Amino acid sequence: MTSPTSSVVDAAPRPPLTGTIRLRLRAPSRLRNLELLLLLGACAINAAAILLVQLGAIGHPDWSLATLGIGLSVLVLAMHVALRVVASDADPFLLPIATVLNGLGIAMIYRLDLAKGFEGWDMASIRQIAWTSIALVLAIAVIVLLRNHRVLYRFRLTFALAGIVLLVIPVFFRPVNGANIWVQLGPFSFQPGEIGKIALAVFFAGFLVTARDSLSMIGRKVLWMTFPRARDLGPLLVVFAASMGVLVFQKDLGTALLYFGLFLVMLYVATGRSSWILLGLGLFLGGAFAASRVLSYVGGRIDAWLEPFARANYEGNGGSYQLVQGLFGLSNGGLTGTGLGLGRPDITPLAESDYIVASLGEELGLVGLFAILALYLLFVSRGFRIGFAGQDDFGRLLAVGLAFVVGLQVFIVIGGVTRVIPLTGLTTPFLAAGGSSLVANWMIVALLLRLSDSVRHQPRTVIE
Amino acid sequence: MNKELRRVSLVIMLMFVALFVSTSVIQVFAVDSLRADEHNVRVLYESYSTERGAITVDGVPIVTSEPVDDNYSYLRVYSQAELYAPVTGFISLNHGSSGVERALNEELSGTSNAQFLDQLNALFTGQKPKGASVELTLDPVVQQAAWDALADNSGAIVAIEPSTGRILAMVSKTSFDPNQLAAHEANTIIDQRYDELLANPNKPLINRAITGDLYHPGSVFKIVMTAAALQGGDYTPDSEFPNPGQLQLPQTDVFISNAEGGACGGGETATIATALRLSCNIPFAQLGAAMGEDRIRGMAESFGFGQSVSIPMASTPSIYPEGMDAPQLMLSSFGQFDDKVTPLQVAMVSAAIANGGVLMKPTLIDTVTSPDLRVIDQFEPEVFSTPVSPEVSATMVQMLVNGVSNGAASNARISGVDVAGKTGTAENGEGEPYTLWFTGFAPADNPQVAIAVVIENGAPNAFGNKVAAPIAKKVLEAVLSR
Repeated sequence: MTSPTSSVVDAAPRPPLTGTIRLRLRAPSRLRNLELLLLLGACAINAAAILLVQLGAIGHPDWSLATLGIGLSVLVLAMHVALRVVASDADPFLLPIATVLNGLGIAMIYRLDLAKGFEGWDMASIRQIAWTSIALVLAIAVIVLLRNHRVLYRFRLTFALAGIVLLVIPVFFRPVNGANIWVQLGPFSFQPGEIGKIALAVFFAGFLVTARDSLSMIGRKVLWMTFPRARDLGPLLVVFAASMGVLVFQKDLGTALLYFGLFLVMLYVATGRSSWILLGLGLFLGGAFAASRVLSYVGGRIDAWLEPFARANYEGNGGSYQLVQGLFGLSNGGLTGTGLGLGRPDITPLAESDYIVASLGEELGLVGLFAILALYLLFVSRGFRIGFAGQDDFGRLLAVGLAFVVGLQVFIVIGGVTRVIPLTGLTTPFLAAGGSSLVANWMIVALLLRLSDSVRHQPRTVIE
Repeated sequence: MNKELRRVSLVIMLMFVALFVSTSVIQVFAVDSLRADEHNVRVLYESYSTERGAITVDGVPIVTSEPVDDNYSYLRVYSQAELYAPVTGFISLNHGSSGVERALNEELSGTSNAQFLDQLNALFTGQKPKGASVELTLDPVVQQAAWDALADNSGAIVAIEPSTGRILAMVSKTSFDPNQLAAHEANTIIDQRYDELLANPNKPLINRAITGDLYHPGSVFKIVMTAAALQGGDYTPDSEFPNPGQLQLPQTDVFISNAEGGACGGGETATIATALRLSCNIPFAQLGAAMGEDRIRGMAESFGFGQSVSIPMASTPSIYPEGMDAPQLMLSSFGQFDDKVTPLQVAMVSAAIANGGVLMKPTLIDTVTSPDLRVIDQFEPEVFSTPVSPEVSATMVQMLVNGVSNGAASNARISGVDVAGKTGTAENGEGEPYTLWFTGFAPADNPQVAIAVVIENGAPNAFGNKVAAPIAKKVLEAVLSR
């Protein structure tokens, strides 16, 4: 894009048309300026959070983290500059939201490191900062290299293969905490499933755009709903089987739920048929019921969810100890929180990863959690906006899929922590400690930014 | 596609609404119940994070909080632990608390209403909040004398200042070391120590002075009987009763006798004064039968029977039974049958007689002082009840002085001082050790201290005057030589 020049405006001989041009030409930089403003605010909030953690936990500021914080801020601003150059019409909210969530996560992880007395590379926060920089570099690379998202459509089968491989790989590695979702190479560990969800979203979008006619047009009408033919049930059953595979072999309830939910919603959006939802929910409930009976860890999770304070569940192995400690932490925070660095989130197991929401809720209070939830809601709604406004169906589906997967993951994690649903092991996007999750979610940011830029970039009339 | 998108947006919205609701419930509405949960260690850590106030005796701290570098920030340290343990109690990580530590927890931890502004102030000035310190009424010299006098016996001593109700000494043996329970060690270690204390047949965790299984009062109950008789106006110390050497209880073939055997001091009849001085059972059995249980209970209750006294730990109510038949009424009239008392109650009876018939409310707490030395709570003497008139009181003082100078409580005599007192020897059934008592006060003309001593492991041939009276004498001397 060329930036607006005064000559264009001044030289215009026809006032009405010039007015329009001026608007159109100025719009991009206005979006980017808004983004810059929000981004500076986000960086300020993050710096303040780190400072408060230090004042609360050790009583004085410690500038050793300042260099790293400035480094991250520079990377985020670099992404902003990249957007100015290659995607100037992109959504201005996504990057600041991801930045502030990522920063709050680092502040809380750092706070827990201080409580546990870790130093150097033992500090999860230092690793988190390193992973954030890697994730940011990759996200910038995606924005710069992927100029047209429809390229992804062409490689949809490659993505399908990648998704399956990423899903299956961990089976060949050692399980961690019971779940078989990790790849460990030397000191590094990675959860390929996090990246896998993006590959699958791309594939689902591509596949559904191609196959939706047969999935939506033909069928038998029962009562007021049109049900698909048996032979068209194939894709749903395959994804269902894959999800149950994750459940049985990888012992990962959350991921199974996430994949299946993602596919079901994309299928529904693509075909417009509520019968798919009905069928999918039926399969899911049946599968969940069977799993709760056959798989002891699923049954245990459900017992812990229903009766967390029962002695057998509280003291049992894999019982409700963590859940209950999380509830204690949240209640300890109350409405306004204990203040950063002043609570005891370190008592809860996995406080820096699965339970980071409880940690933040304890120290920032209900007020802080509401703010965080509102940020997620805004993030998801920006993604859906692309779905509403987009012109090509592949792009729309992909945007909706990516936004929904973030929203669903937030619901599964926080719903699990707050006893809305049984607890499952998933990471909270952007907040939780963990490299794979960070990389995956920053990829989603990059893709949504690219998609949002395409939406505004193209005149409506050309496509439809 | 847009219609579907709208619906999915709605689902997302609903999911987030669920999260807004669930977090609100947990962080606002369920806070109290979650904080009250026994597993919630945060509340415990929090209670340890403020420096708990000290418990002091005569200005000297006997329980303090020392800063330590662990989860709990402060370690509770008890000096002269066993001497004061029944009063101070303990505070532990996983077995709760007892004694003053429990009764004054809010003040000690700084969470009482009176300290609210201090806490708020500390919040804004960034100071670490601190609890108030508590000064006990105990006199260290008297307490130590009582502890030493009790020696190896199991039992209790309570000494009260009759004119105010201040408790000068409260000893209970066997005692324990609260440091063992307050230590910051693994739950299993504390569990084991606690279980051992619980299983100990000498019941070290029980403060016998105010709680526990209570004791038969035996002959010390005769003070209550005499008060009931004289206060009614229809009896005088010279009222006479038939004086047989043995008396068959009505409707039974059980015979009761006087402790010394034979008649009470010789003669056809025995007066109330003689019966009290020589501690005879038969005249009191007849007096009880004549007065009836309601009249006796009325007097017992105005001395405090039947109610819990907050000193501020709650005492177990002492019992005068209800609905007795004739033989039971006669037995209960000399402190047997189902009469059950705490040493505190017995000391209260003596204190009331000593204080002209006015019973002052007993207490252990002198002052509660905030960290900035502001007095939050100052002890003020308070009348508990007025069981007998000054005249009856004066008469009974003289009767009890005779009991020591020329009667059954002779071993409590102190040269140069008139001591008033009454012994007791209660039977607890076949083969059980006797409960041995002394209660009284001194000096008789201007009482500085009223005392109750109980020994629970009395040998079969022991009696109150032989064992309990000399112990009481040592404590009385300690007070008088202050």
